Amino acid sequence: METLKEKTASTTQATTIRISGAEAVIRCLLEEGVNLVYGYPGGAIMPIYDELYKFSDHLHHVLTRHEQGATHAAQGFARVTGEVGVAMATSGPGATNLVTGLADAQIDSTPMVCITGQVARQLLGSDAFQETDIVGISTPVTKWNYQITKASEIPEIMAKAFYIARSGRPGPVLIDITKNAQFDELDFSYEKCNGIRSYKPKPEIDLSKISAAAEMINTAKRPMIVFGQGIILGQAEEELKAVVEKAGIPAAWTILGLSALESDHPLNVGMVGMHGNYAPNVLTNECDVLIALGMRFDDRVTGNLNTYARQAKVIHFEIDPAEIDKNVKTDIAVLGDVKETLELLLPLLEPNSHNNWLEEFKKKDAIEFDKVIKNDLFPEKEGLTMGEVLGQINRASNHEAVIVSDVGQHQMIACRYAKFRQSKSNITSGGLGTMGFALPAAIGAKMGAPDREVVAIIGDGGYQMTIQELGTIFQTRTPVKIVVLNNDFLGMVRQWQQLFFDKRYASTELTNPDFVTIAQGYNINARRVTKREDLAAAVDEMIASKEAYFLEVCVEKEDNVFPMIPSGASVSDIRLS
Amino acid sequence: MEKKTFTISVYSENNVGLLNRISGIFLKRHINIESLNVSESEIENVFRFVIVVHTTENWVKRIVGQLEKQIDVIRAFYHVDKETIYQESAIFKISSDLFFDEGQIETIIKDSNSSIVSVSRDFFVIAKTGRRSEIQELYDELQPFGIMQFVRSGRISVSKPQMKISSLLQEFQTITH
Repeated sequence: METLKEKTASTTQATTIRISGAEAVIRCLLEEGVNLVYGYPGGAIMPIYDELYKFSDHLHHVLTRHEQGATHAAQGFARVTGEVGVAMATSGPGATNLVTGLADAQIDSTPMVCITGQVARQLLGSDAFQETDIVGISTPVTKWNYQITKASEIPEIMAKAFYIARSGRPGPVLIDITKNAQFDELDFSYEKCNGIRSYKPKPEIDLSKISAAAEMINTAKRPMIVFGQGIILGQAEEELKAVVEKAGIPAAWTILGLSALESDHPLNVGMVGMHGNYAPNVLTNECDVLIALGMRFDDRVTGNLNTYARQAKVIHFEIDPAEIDKNVKTDIAVLGDVKETLELLLPLLEPNSHNNWLEEFKKKDAIEFDKVIKNDLFPEKEGLTMGEVLGQINRASNHEAVIVSDVGQHQMIACRYAKFRQSKSNITSGGLGTMGFALPAAIGAKMGAPDREVVAIIGDGGYQMTIQELGTIFQTRTPVKIVVLNNDFLGMVRQWQQLFFDKRYASTELTNPDFVTIAQGYNINARRVTKREDLAAAVDEMIASKEAYFLEVCVEKEDNVFPMIPSGASVSDIRLS
Repeated sequence: MEKKTFTISVYSENNVGLLNRISGIFLKRHINIESLNVSESEIENVFRFVIVVHTTENWVKRIVGQLEKQIDVIRAFYHVDKETIYQESAIFKISSDLFFDEGQIETIIKDSNSSIVSVSRDFFVIAKTGRRSEIQELYDELQPFGIMQFVRSGRISVSKPQMKISSLLQEFQTITH
């Protein structure tokens, strides 16, 4: 059999080779540096799977238990590596099962390429078996999509797909390939895409905006930075840190910006938004200059827009021109790649330290510690809190773990309390809020960062949305650590019912199965903790395990997450209880 | 903010599915498209959508931002009515008997500056180009006599201000060559 070198050499030569469309798809993936794909086979994609079998020494395919799991695993891989995640599915239901993952990747700007099989060209529109218009269905949730009906289109379209997915503001791309295009032969040669005439991934930088921004920052008395995932996607962590330190500006983060700046940095002032920290939320409405870096003023960050930072001048560093003035009117919009714009900004900044202003944050931090954090992390009541579990995980993993969280109360607790030293360590479904995200995403994260500890933090509700991916963990022996914080409730919805619907707990109480037995059924080491005295040892055992490990922690049933900005309220009206 | 009529011009590649992607941007924001026309533009192989919406300037700005973000869209612009020259076309199919029985029909056609594009034993066809109100006026005059078929096109429009298309063209040529 040919070696990989021979295979790729034959494709990189100027001469073309005559191969099937299906083989061309695999060779395109190899040319793009892909060696891991997630997916699920079926009729309309069988020619590609047949080639995957032949190329299995070079391209590893992970069979998930559901196509949604394949997308989230690809997302987890992409988020932890910064590379493009790849998922594959067959036509019809296989393709429609990708939609949630595509929507999640679209709203969280995750680079992903999904490949779907499609019925043969001559059957399109005939309501053939497992035919569905996935290009039509996925249009609103993809950065770009395309249906290939001729084998000869494959190299150019695949090259475009990867270019679009990873460039500019990243996002998901779906390529639908009819079965005839997989079977038919083409003269194959590959050329990477490096430009599309109608697409400008990065806006040009206007230097006058950078100097105007510098001047505004230099004269500010109470400046505040809020950074988002743009810092991570743009690999601008060092530039962010340099700006923060030189100008002495307190820096808060959005849920997706978390881990771009180490948790214990003295100028890291915590999370903004609905369940963020008290100080940065309240002081958003007291700062004089608000510097937004690679974030998009989501409603969960801003609360009521009419009362959001009205006193402040706003500077928005952003790669996507459509985000400027979308929600918050900016005074200075600095368009461009944030790594480049921050690099240009840095020498224009005057060294500063806003000590009095920082004191304001510390005073408010003390209030939050007293009213909320102390009770979350060091509870005196009998029931276990989600916060103390996070505290134990921080301790046992020495702040080095990748934390993959699902959606709900435990997610907010994880983002509030997990401590990080390195970037790309917090993986969660921020924009779409996809329950069921964490378990498959953790598989992808572990495969993307095999040398790092990967801990999934999941609620008992979301866990059961993709619980079948335990099968993937079992089959692939992926050593992920799974923590289910079980309160027998859909906790966040229950919290809202308690606070805003007079405790009418409509369909939020869960009668749960024996999660430990289920995990053991998949041959995964499993343990349940119900008492505080057993928690630390159980977490230690989990972290020490070389294999996958499942830990269920039965926590207080009706705990609430605070602080909280009730929806529609102002950030400064954040509640501590 | 006050709602106004805006004409959005989108210069794009001519790809299958792009219309779906563009209309989806309006759908997502629950904004109705009043009229839509797609044709070739002054640039070879570049298509032009002319879309009319009734909304606020805030929304139209955001929509244009989202339109420009689409991979296959080259540029998008928006204008208010006074910044554009715009027209619609309509054709009317009328029973031929009327032409001979009702003397007024000939006068109506002459006065409205419309033209007869086809005549047969059973019916004749009138075409009218102009503003929506002029076409409506003709419709209202013909309607009492009975209209066999009526159809009106979407708005087509050119802008009075430049849309920087020449620089766009140049950019295109430097990329393609």
